[in-house]
Amino acid sequence: MEPMEDSFDEEGVLELPVDPMRLYMGPSHPAMHGTIRMVLDLDGEVIQALDIQPGYLHRGFEKSCERGTWAQVYPYVDRLNYVSPMLNNVGFSLAVEKLLGIKVPERCEQYRVILGELARIADHLTCNGAMTMELGAFTPFLWFLKVRDWVWDILEEETGARMTHSFGRIGGMAKPPTANLKPKVRALVPEVLAVIAECEKVVLRNRIFMDRLLGVGVLTKENAMEYGVTGPMLRSTGIDYDVRKAHPYSGYETYDFDVPVGHDGDTYDRFLVRMEEMRQSCRILEQAAGRIAEEGPINVDDPRIVLPEKSAVYDTIEATIAHFKMVMEGLKPPKGEVYGFTEAGNGELGFYIVSDGSGTPYRVRCRPPCFLNLKASEDMIRGGMIADIIPTFGSVNMIGGECDR
Amino acid sequence: MSKKVLDRLKAQFGDRILSVSDFRGDDEAVVAPKDWREVAQFLKSDAELQMNQFTDLTAADYPLREPGLPRFDVVLMVRSMTKGARIRLKTRVGDNQALDSLHPVWKGADWTEREVYDMFGIKFTGHPDLRRILMYEEFVGYPLRKDYPIERTQPLIPYRDVEGTEKLAPFGKEEGQPYNRIDWLARMSGRNLQVSPAIALQQEQRDALSQGSSVDEPGKA
Repeated sequence: MEPMEDSFDEEGVLELPVDPMRLYMGPSHPAMHGTIRMVLDLDGEVIQALDIQPGYLHRGFEKSCERGTWAQVYPYVDRLNYVSPMLNNVGFSLAVEKLLGIKVPERCEQYRVILGELARIADHLTCNGAMTMELGAFTPFLWFLKVRDWVWDILEEETGARMTHSFGRIGGMAKPPTANLKPKVRALVPEVLAVIAECEKVVLRNRIFMDRLLGVGVLTKENAMEYGVTGPMLRSTGIDYDVRKAHPYSGYETYDFDVPVGHDGDTYDRFLVRMEEMRQSCRILEQAAGRIAEEGPINVDDPRIVLPEKSAVYDTIEATIAHFKMVMEGLKPPKGEVYGFTEAGNGELGFYIVSDGSGTPYRVRCRPPCFLNLKASEDMIRGGMIADIIPTFGSVNMIGGECDR
Repeated sequence: MSKKVLDRLKAQFGDRILSVSDFRGDDEAVVAPKDWREVAQFLKSDAELQMNQFTDLTAADYPLREPGLPRFDVVLMVRSMTKGARIRLKTRVGDNQALDSLHPVWKGADWTEREVYDMFGIKFTGHPDLRRILMYEEFVGYPLRKDYPIERTQPLIPYRDVEGTEKLAPFGKEEGQPYNRIDWLARMSGRNLQVSPAIALQQEQRDALSQGSSVDEPGKA
């Protein structure tokens, strides 16, 4: 857009305001998911400068972790990325297990992979669904939420809760998989794939959809690495960094799956990357469902780390005491600090944890992927129109619980 | 691979790398605050290391550390996209000691340094826009310091003035649209009162609440 000052020099011409208009967007704007505030300086409808102000959902996650036992962190972890809490559970478990220097049984790893990939599908469904809805396409949103409900049905049957599972444990999982897990996952996969294909047919070649997304909110490779962007947002720029491939955990190196990448780094690419990642998650689900054993240990065999069997707690004094000590004092990891990281829905979810050798975490730092992604989105939004904020911001998938902690 | 990173750092900086460790496979190097930015820049620009992906920057508070060691650890985590290696770079700063900002090296340090400042009160010199990020600007104290009690109550803050706008701050004393309930009877009879008496009373109470009384005085704790 031309600067306005130049065209209104002559006398007698009505002067239009030339100062940029300041617009406060949020913190509870109907078209933006998550409570976040943006201060925009506008020239007409073009965004000249902006300041993104997170923090409205801050509730002291890191401070709260420093007052209980290690196991008491799980409910807080659930509420980080509340769209895919199982991935956070797994991520925190793996970080503490790294600190302890233990490895969980294979059956537990496969169980974590299945639950984690289900959560990833739910996460991507929500993000892409909400994005289409904000662009006016309500139907794919409803289809996606329908599928997400099926995913949550499985998670509910396994964990007892639809969203805040608190199902991870240090050195294992709260319960072994139910008998219904395999058939349910096997039944779910083709349904998910069918809905994804149907939705792609509806939106991908849609004129409005393409006009609003193609070339909008472009993120360059250099910026992505400078800002520490990870996850689908990084992969949309063409960098194939996925923690599951680059630093495999939970046996991901044994699964056959691809890392989809985009090449323009625009909003359309981010949409496509998420769609393809759901397909890859389905592939992993099928493989994992074929592998997971009916019987076998789910927790590590170490009474210092996992709680004793409930029947033993009721029957023997040793188990009662062990249970009491575990609950009251908690497990005591060795002194030291580690950084454990996994691929969550939005990118690399890291936990930098410091232990002073006691039963209470000394410091739990969560590296929130969408906090770093959000900072990078400032560059993507600047220079665009107000209306472009909505799809760009939708594709960043800012989750308030994780961003603000 | 990862061993190489620490060796390379030691070869380049010698004694200026105060200590190295690889607990559980996490490579860590500790440097003095004065070398902080230089080592970080080296990690990024060295052709062998190419630590070009910013991962995280955070801090931890150790008030009861042995004397001589400063109070805070500032921790930087970076990764090489081409080589796949990671490193954790650490420095120790004391209370009221400023540290060089890494914003000129990685743009990702912008918000993470703001968060460290917000939570620990560590100041970064050379940061373009160092203000609180998760907390509000009137927040008293630094919540992730160990001497900040988790149950502390913050004082109520007065309403903010919005400068440079015709409109006045919402819910203030002089605001443009006071609760939007106009006393039309009073207005038509020519009296100066714009809002109904009940609303005016309510407004006064809110103002009094916002100006003075606080629940707890955190400075005295």
